[in-house]
Amino acid sequence: MAKHKRTIRLFEPALLGTAVKQSFVKLNPRLMVKNPVMFTVEIGTAVMLAVTLYQLFTGDNSQGALWYNITIFIILLLTVLFANFAEALAEARGKAQAESLRRTREDTPAKKVFTVGEMYVNEVKVVPSSQLRKGDFFICEAGDVIPMDGEIVEGIATIDESAITGESAPVIRESGGDKSSVTGGTKVLSDKIKVRVTTEPGESFLDKMIALVEGASRQKTPNEIALTILLAAFTLIFIIVCVTLKPFADYANTPITIAAFISLFVCLIPTTIGGLLSAIGIAGMDRALRANVIAKSGKAVETAGDIDVLLLDKTGTITIGNRKATNFWPADGIDMTDFISHCVFASLADNTPEGKSIVELAGEKNIHAKQLPANTRMIEFTAETRSSGVDLADGLKIRKGAFDAIKKIASNNGNVFPKETGTRVNQIASNGGTPLVVAVNNKVQGVIELQDIIKPGIQERFERLRKMGVKTVMVTGDNPLTAKYIAEKAGVDDFIAEAKPEDKMNYIRKEQQSGKLVAMMGDGTNDAPALAQADVGVSMNSGTQAAKEAGNMVDLDNDPTKLIEVVEIGKQLLITRGTLTTFSIANDVAKYFAIVPALFIASIPALQSLNIMGLKSPESAILSAIIFNALIIPALIPLALKGVQYRPIGASALLRRNLLLYGLGGIIVPFIGIKLIDLLLAMFM
Amino acid sequence: MNSEIIGTILIFLVTLLLAYPLGKYIAKVFSGEKTFSNFMNPVERLLFRICGINPNESMNWKQFLKAMLTINMLWLVYAMLALVFQDKLPLNPDGNPGQTPDLAFNTAISFLVNCNLQHYSGESGLTYFTQLFVITFLQFVSAATGIAMLVAQFNGIKEKTTQNLGNFWNYFVKSITRILLPLSIIVAVILAFNGTPTSYDGKDNIVTLQGDSVQVSRGPAAGMIAIKQLGTNGGGWFGVNSAHPLENPNYITNAVETISILLIPIALVFALGFYLNRKKLANVIFAVMTFLFVIFCSVNIYYETGGNPAIDQLGIAQTAGSMEGKEVRLGAAATALWSVATTSTSNGSVNGMHDSLTPISGGVVILDMMINALYGGVGVGLLNYFIFIIIAVFISGLMVGRTPEFMGHKVEAREVKIAALVTLLSAFLIKGFTALAAYMVAHHPEMGWAVQPGAWLNNPSYHGFSEMLYEYTSANANNGSGFEGLGDNNVFWNVTTGIVLLLGRFLPIIAPIAIIGLLANKKFIPESPGTLRTDSYTFGAMTLAVIIIITALSYLPALALGPLAEYFSLY
Repeated sequence: MAKHKRTIRLFEPALLGTAVKQSFVKLNPRLMVKNPVMFTVEIGTAVMLAVTLYQLFTGDNSQGALWYNITIFIILLLTVLFANFAEALAEARGKAQAESLRRTREDTPAKKVFTVGEMYVNEVKVVPSSQLRKGDFFICEAGDVIPMDGEIVEGIATIDESAITGESAPVIRESGGDKSSVTGGTKVLSDKIKVRVTTEPGESFLDKMIALVEGASRQKTPNEIALTILLAAFTLIFIIVCVTLKPFADYANTPITIAAFISLFVCLIPTTIGGLLSAIGIAGMDRALRANVIAKSGKAVETAGDIDVLLLDKTGTITIGNRKATNFWPADGIDMTDFISHCVFASLADNTPEGKSIVELAGEKNIHAKQLPANTRMIEFTAETRSSGVDLADGLKIRKGAFDAIKKIASNNGNVFPKETGTRVNQIASNGGTPLVVAVNNKVQGVIELQDIIKPGIQERFERLRKMGVKTVMVTGDNPLTAKYIAEKAGVDDFIAEAKPEDKMNYIRKEQQSGKLVAMMGDGTNDAPALAQADVGVSMNSGTQAAKEAGNMVDLDNDPTKLIEVVEIGKQLLITRGTLTTFSIANDVAKYFAIVPALFIASIPALQSLNIMGLKSPESAILSAIIFNALIIPALIPLALKGVQYRPIGASALLRRNLLLYGLGGIIVPFIGIKLIDLLLAMFM
Repeated sequence: MNSEIIGTILIFLVTLLLAYPLGKYIAKVFSGEKTFSNFMNPVERLLFRICGINPNESMNWKQFLKAMLTINMLWLVYAMLALVFQDKLPLNPDGNPGQTPDLAFNTAISFLVNCNLQHYSGESGLTYFTQLFVITFLQFVSAATGIAMLVAQFNGIKEKTTQNLGNFWNYFVKSITRILLPLSIIVAVILAFNGTPTSYDGKDNIVTLQGDSVQVSRGPAAGMIAIKQLGTNGGGWFGVNSAHPLENPNYITNAVETISILLIPIALVFALGFYLNRKKLANVIFAVMTFLFVIFCSVNIYYETGGNPAIDQLGIAQTAGSMEGKEVRLGAAATALWSVATTSTSNGSVNGMHDSLTPISGGVVILDMMINALYGGVGVGLLNYFIFIIIAVFISGLMVGRTPEFMGHKVEAREVKIAALVTLLSAFLIKGFTALAAYMVAHHPEMGWAVQPGAWLNNPSYHGFSEMLYEYTSANANNGSGFEGLGDNNVFWNVTTGIVLLLGRFLPIIAPIAIIGLLANKKFIPESPGTLRTDSYTFGAMTLAVIIIITALSYLPALALGPLAEYFSLY
């Protein structure tokens, strides 16, 4: 599980200073124009400044009292500043989060490997990490901090990754295979490794993520663009409302001051969501980072919220780590001791946890591991043959592997598969175990039973996903019977048994063709194509460089259940935008009831009936409305940054809930807020 | 009093009873299933052969719109020419003159766009030829255009992924031969038997009970009145529309005409359910529309039967309710129901003067036209409603944490942009032009035009403002009714409302068809438990909220200055 150790307080004092300063820097119109809603407020503020200055120099009071105009100007300026502050604070938090990661690797001394002379003799020189380029090699020994992201080309080492994952238990990384990747900033605890640099400085995932949360290279996500368009349309409607009000007022013989026009306009346009929109986006990235997921783009996080199908590897995700051998089942006529010895031979060279557990189980039965005889040929496991084993010097060929793989070997050589072993295989599989069939010289000798242990609490997580509308698919190399048993026990919706790498790919394609969005998690190089094909591909930080390049997110914790959190973060991002938009627009109802009667009270006293809040005077009504409008922005910053909670209660129920909370709430809250502010103002006016 | 209210309830219930089977029939007609009206097949085939049309040719959304716009342009030119030169054409027994170019511009557009804003009076402004071959003709084809566009939208929703929205000509012709023509014949016969004229003779001379001699206009009116109601056109044969004793002789004809106004718009909502095989969606849409419709009706009936407080203050009893501008033979409640029915459906015919409605009722009918999607005009009402659905889908999609989708298609920036533009358009046209008119009245009342702006308004003050607001709202909604205190037959009003009519008709048709064309082109996403269902009542409530909020936010200041100010001053 993710360690939320680096959680930063919402209003961390250290960050507030930066955020306040940035709020003023962001007043630059060239930056403001990116946010059309707040840009119009800034224009309004500038007009009010001009009105106030004109009044100061000419003493012309036709546009209302000076103090009143100055107050309006200040409140409008505050409105813009509050919006800028929300964005700046979100950026500062993201930056602080990222900095704490980046700090670990800056100016780390790197032991760079140079090839010198015509003999290409390696020489090691210590250089600053910033001088390392992609393709360079460096050496790390016990106690060294790894200077750059890279891939181990030689050696094996235990590494403390707590600096980035918060997990204190050291992990093992070695060359070749799927655990060859190391991250800059982590520390080698033992042994020595040679690493090839895989990224240019400033281009690592972390650097990209930092740029994203800093807002500099943040691209608006598709939904954000669509929402901005909708908000711009609302802004235009209110421009029409305000501009046409002038001739309407002329017709009704009602003079309306510039201050009143601008106040009405600023109150009506959706400043609340307009001011918080970019903060919400940045905070979403920041939440992902806090969950120790590095996203390559905001779009990836957003897409995660739309996921329909989730592909999960069985091992490590659904079951605890690895299967363990629990029983030896020799075929009829095969001596138990001989069988176990063969099993041990086949497993001695097999460093997988399953292999080790076979040797252990044999030890418990007092058949102890011997050294493999000299000139033994190792047959590595491949995804294609799905079996492994040894060829002994005396000609004995031992293979162990999946049922169908060994059956094929046996039948290819004209040997029948023993019936009782077949029955046993089925029995083991239907009990959720994994049968590992052993053949000697292409004759089936018996079967080893491996058992899986399902992670506690995993069923609840899948139940939660189902309520979100996400279908879970278990991917396993197990045979269909075993897979089905575990799938049922764990509560996944579907499974891919005896999965070869291309099966994952085909499954993803099939789901995508029917219009679904698919997410998967993977770490191996052979996962890379599927990771690239998936709409959301999360690669584990421990995975190979190829896998990391192919996915669009990297999980620093190497936690396969992380996808569930990522989906929730994506949903939270959309919900926060949707609910605050609703809230913002619903607020306008109360503002109308405050301002419209205030505008016309002098010439149309009958409209006093519309002043249902009983606000004291036209001036206090307008001031209360724009003060409320300004204050609601900082009041909602915590919600924008934390995000509105996602609840897996079904789409309609969630809509009802949020509609009541933020829609109806959005109508009621400003009536109360504006009235309270008016009561306060009444004491001074 | 009570029997009047019961009468309105009965009229509405009978409408629903008729609309449901009609909706089923309409769905069958357009899905090509066998219906009793198949005997029209040879006629249709003949028409297609003469015009060289292959009715089975598929059209994408652009081709569909092109076909619709081209034929509409032709009709516009034809109608304008016929109106200007009507005095030289046959069937003019009363010797009425040709229309001025600006009036002809306004009239031609007005009938082309299914609006029927009339800046003339039928008795003197038209001849029998133009009544039949311009006005009645356009009343049929404009209604059929609306239905054809709606069927295109159905097709876009129905298929998972498609470019083909069907064939415009096919739907257009069948709308007339299978739906509008048969129904019109039935209604026309009922009207004729109840006293509506169907004669080609000119004015008749009668002597009243008081002994005065009166010229009474006549004409082949019954057929035109039938399609005027059924096709949500609204333009009457006589100047005062269905308040005229020959256009709407008695309570029976009044009931039949009220039913005719609502019948096809409601039937089309049910047709959506049958055609798409999504009855729940149709029910939800029907429920939302009916919810607001019933509220509006109740408010209007309450205020109209309640009488006018100004008359109360004079100490005059108003047992019949507020009868100013209403017909004694119909009563206040019937006019209140009609006022909401006609503004809900963009019909625009009246059986009493809307100008004389009490302020709140007047505000309600303006509001009803601002929404313009409660059943709405034939075909176009559902297209308007669809725009609200898109915005509701977008906001509520975000609120449940999923990229918004409608019927299995993602709603993205482009669709939101188009929907937002249409929403903007109404606000811009209604408020922009009302502001222009208000500006002219306030600042240039002495402008040297044929009719000076200062002379436009019979009732200055709040009511005058409502009259101008009503005129543009009616034009934008393609409704066609008016607060007739406004002097609107002059260049300013003819031209500006003409522009509003054209934009308010075609952009809101083009936009939803474009959206549906874009959506239908996208990959289909099957429904999952995380999908927000658009056929749930929760989503219906969301759409209702969007309709109310958008309308309220866009128009509250204008409504406050007109009807609300009048109401608070009077009550």
